[in-house]
Amino acid sequence: MTPATSWTIPAVRSALEAKQISARELTKEFYTQIDRRNPELNAYLALSPDRAYAQADRVDGMLARGETLPRLAGVPVAIKDVISTRGVRTTCGSKILETYVPPYDATAIERLEAAGAVLLGKTNCDEFAMGSSTENSAYGAVRNPISLDRVPGGSSGGSAAAVAAGLAVAAIGTDTGGSIRQPGACCGIPAMMPTYGRVSRYGLIAFASSLDRIGPLASSVADTAAVMSAIAGHDTNDSTSAPVPAPDYAREIEKPIKGLRIGVPEDYFGEGIDPEVKAKVQAGIALLERLGCKRIPLKMPHTDYAIATYYIVATAEASSNLARFDGVRYGLRVPGATLLEMYRKTRERGFGPEVKRRIMLGTYVLSAGYYDAYYLCAQKVRSLIARDFSDAFQKVDAIVTPTTPTPAFRLGEKTADPLQMYLADIYTVTGSLAGVPGISVPSGKTKAGLPVGLQIFGPHFTEGRVLQIAHAFERAGGAAI
Amino acid sequence: MKITREEVLRVAELAHLELTAEEVELYRGQLDEILNYVGKLGELDVSNVEPMAQVLFTGTGSEPGERDTANERAELRDDILRPCDVAEAILAQAPDAAKPFFRVPKVIDR
Repeated sequence: MTPATSWTIPAVRSALEAKQISARELTKEFYTQIDRRNPELNAYLALSPDRAYAQADRVDGMLARGETLPRLAGVPVAIKDVISTRGVRTTCGSKILETYVPPYDATAIERLEAAGAVLLGKTNCDEFAMGSSTENSAYGAVRNPISLDRVPGGSSGGSAAAVAAGLAVAAIGTDTGGSIRQPGACCGIPAMMPTYGRVSRYGLIAFASSLDRIGPLASSVADTAAVMSAIAGHDTNDSTSAPVPAPDYAREIEKPIKGLRIGVPEDYFGEGIDPEVKAKVQAGIALLERLGCKRIPLKMPHTDYAIATYYIVATAEASSNLARFDGVRYGLRVPGATLLEMYRKTRERGFGPEVKRRIMLGTYVLSAGYYDAYYLCAQKVRSLIARDFSDAFQKVDAIVTPTTPTPAFRLGEKTADPLQMYLADIYTVTGSLAGVPGISVPSGKTKAGLPVGLQIFGPHFTEGRVLQIAHAFERAGGAAI
Repeated sequence: MKITREEVLRVAELAHLELTAEEVELYRGQLDEILNYVGKLGELDVSNVEPMAQVLFTGTGSEPGERDTANERAELRDDILRPCDVAEAILAQAPDAAKPFFRVPKVIDR
């Protein structure tokens, strides 16, 4: 039998069409692998076999009737546990939603299933997607399948680990400050944050509404593009979803990259970057040059202010969004003599330390007397950071940087120091603040065998171009440089 | 800047969090450190900069002079009633419900 790790979306399709395996058998094969590996990795929090087998049987029925299969027919996928799935427990990695079973599906979930994907289950993540290591989950940390004593990155660490370990062909994550791209880099797989508004967030349990995005992680750029094609596009149920037509990304990636202008901002290679990461990203840029891209040095002078800006904007929005968890309508309720006491006790017991820390910080920066000094100031600096990008895109077609300053760190290494943990997102938050699309694609490994990620940003709504560069890079052997 | 214990308690009250004594001390120190770090934004002169209130209205169009396509959507959707028959399903998730209400501790004292 083919080992689960070798499955890709085209491989699933050809195996199904050649009747080498049924969708039901394939689903079962993945659940067998999950049973074997998940106790060690803790990538999945809940499995949805009823739903998965029902979908697999639909695909097998289409095959039996000789119908044309949709794009993701029979493809086993994993969903980050901050995305609502009807009838399947959705916890956000938090005790406050330990028993929550959503009564509806997120639009991204509906679209995946309409494209034929088989939803295996829900993946572990930092509580409410707040973290960079998946150690903030109330249900235990996830281990990096490449090196078990290391974190998989975060917050979509369960999604990244599931794909990297072959426990799903593709996964859906969410990215607010780097939470798709950074775990993708740590686990050695492509991982994409689409443009703000490109993928509907209807059914995504909100963390920071001006930053949150849904996007794919997969074992190849082509598979990442195929999932993007399934989930992208306007949705009237999300007022921030953009009515911009989405191209067929699977076709876009085949375009040649020769002659594209690649901007390399020196600000991303300064103090704090691991020398091996720097060397591998520079080797990656050299590879892009050999593929015919023109390298253009850039300055993006506000890069150094991005983390500070992000942790004001994101926590302010989080403190507001998470006010809804009060024990009244869903999830945990801790009884209290008064309504206020019930709110306070419920939130005290239901939220973990990082979530409380961010709610406190966000409440502080929005509170009377501090709003101008912190929140308003951060929103202005956010304009400057976005302007760094728009200025750069006058001169270049894409921007190439490292995804992370270091490879995957050890479990427990940064948990005692929140600020150090925040700095793991130093190269990813910029694009989050600017609203642009970005991908992390594997760019070699360190001597210890840890993957390094190369990040590619493009202007708003140019996912096709970003994927196209990543695809050419991958095909030219980027993962092994 | 130093955050005081009283400020931590005031913020916790605003955020509806009932912190333990250890948490108050822990967050006092950590908020202090984080706020000290984010204070670096003060280095920038932002007196003539507009705050970024909308993500896709920043003119980050792909080509010089090109309008962001998303900018052209400044329209509201039609106000059309759509059936939303989920009340039962939603109440089924409530920790305490008495249809068609969520039940909570008494709010108003008479």
